[in-house]
Amino acid sequence: MSTTKIYLFVLSMTVAVAVILTGFRMATADQAAINEKVFNKRAILKSLAGGLDGNLDDMSDDQVQSVFNDNVKQFVIKADGTLAEDATLVAEDIKMKKEVKKAVADRNLPLFVYTNPSNNKSYYITSVRGKGLWDEIWGSVALEQDFNTIVGVSFDHAAETPGLGAEIKDNTAWVSQFTGKSIYNDAGEYVSILVRKGGAIPGNPHQVDAITGATITGDGVTKMLENGLKLYEPYFATLKAGK
Amino acid sequence: MAETKVKEAKEPLFGKKERKLLVDPLLDNNPITVQVLGVCSALAVTSLLMPSIVMTVAVVFVCAFSNLFTSLLRNIIPNEVRLIAQLIIIATLVTIVELSLKYFDYPTYKELSVYIGLIITNCIVMGRLEAFAMGNKPWKSFLDGLGNGVGYGIILIVVAFFRELFGKGTLFGAQILPEGYFANNLMVMPAAAMFILAVFIWIQRSRNKELIDIS
Repeated sequence: MSTTKIYLFVLSMTVAVAVILTGFRMATADQAAINEKVFNKRAILKSLAGGLDGNLDDMSDDQVQSVFNDNVKQFVIKADGTLAEDATLVAEDIKMKKEVKKAVADRNLPLFVYTNPSNNKSYYITSVRGKGLWDEIWGSVALEQDFNTIVGVSFDHAAETPGLGAEIKDNTAWVSQFTGKSIYNDAGEYVSILVRKGGAIPGNPHQVDAITGATITGDGVTKMLENGLKLYEPYFATLKAGK
Repeated sequence: MAETKVKEAKEPLFGKKERKLLVDPLLDNNPITVQVLGVCSALAVTSLLMPSIVMTVAVVFVCAFSNLFTSLLRNIIPNEVRLIAQLIIIATLVTIVELSLKYFDYPTYKELSVYIGLIITNCIVMGRLEAFAMGNKPWKSFLDGLGNGVGYGIILIVVAFFRELFGKGTLFGAQILPEGYFANNLMVMPAAAMFILAVFIWIQRSRNKELIDIS
């Protein structure tokens, strides 16, 4: 077969495939974008654990959206404790992936304040992001009104090993260990939470058990929490002072 | 009249040959345990049952339809660029699977995204295109792809069954073995799939002596 014919074949095949895939993508893009938003909102609400009014797994996508509209207030804050000046920023649209690459002072940090309609308690949901073994890990940490006690957490990851590092997302028993832990010691010093290899020391309110076989992912969680929660400290201090 | 009869007998829609195409890859010519292809993904995604099943569905779809399309185009694909053409067909189908997952089941898409993309490099898919679809008619190629996809999937699901059951004591995430069961962490590691596959191959070959000389 002549070279021209080969070129023609490759060219027409490429064009055909491009048209097919573009069409397919355009047809699915809107719904996919909504799905992604709901997925992220679910992950945020999941960190509330028992603090959420109702069972997240039973909620439809629409219900998740309406919980977010009715009971969640969104703020974008800076690490120096002020609100972000750009009023057009919305917390749910902030990509932590981009933010963690900026200098700390330039980062926009999302903060979600959920108020449980049945008991009027408010919870403060922070976003954190760090590195696991293979790729990035991230999550939400929900704090009580004392800005110290953890209500719950939810983590996710890009490519941790299923059954090992991926347990930070899948293993509900492991995730539930965080509930009730505190990030400040009795002296009021910031200590964050340690994922301890060999098991948390019983009674220590700042430690959780590590996952067997996932040491590096666990260390990544420790680091992510330590670096991430600290950034919210100044803003929480102004909230406390304002009370 | 006689002529048409002969023709009909020659090309039934689902005769013995077609049956063989579909059933052979399930056991006696299984792509994983007999041809030892596609082992990489069989090790990687089988630690839990649910992702293995979604992966199976995706591979069956891609394998069957890439075989079909390659076979339809087999007479116009220039020999010099046939591998590239095959790759484009596979990549297109994989992208469609990925976009569909995003549309219909976003959480599963999130869970599997890395592995879905890796179907492109699954040697079973391309192996069937090169070995079968380039030289056979569309319907037969489709069946061949279907059979090989399912043959791959069966192994995936069975391996995942054992790994999740003994590695975590659960199936589909629900606790099956009693609470006190001490999870076998080796089963969670990819190496465990190697052991299970080896046992499979052993059983299969001691059952059917003919297989020992193949591969």
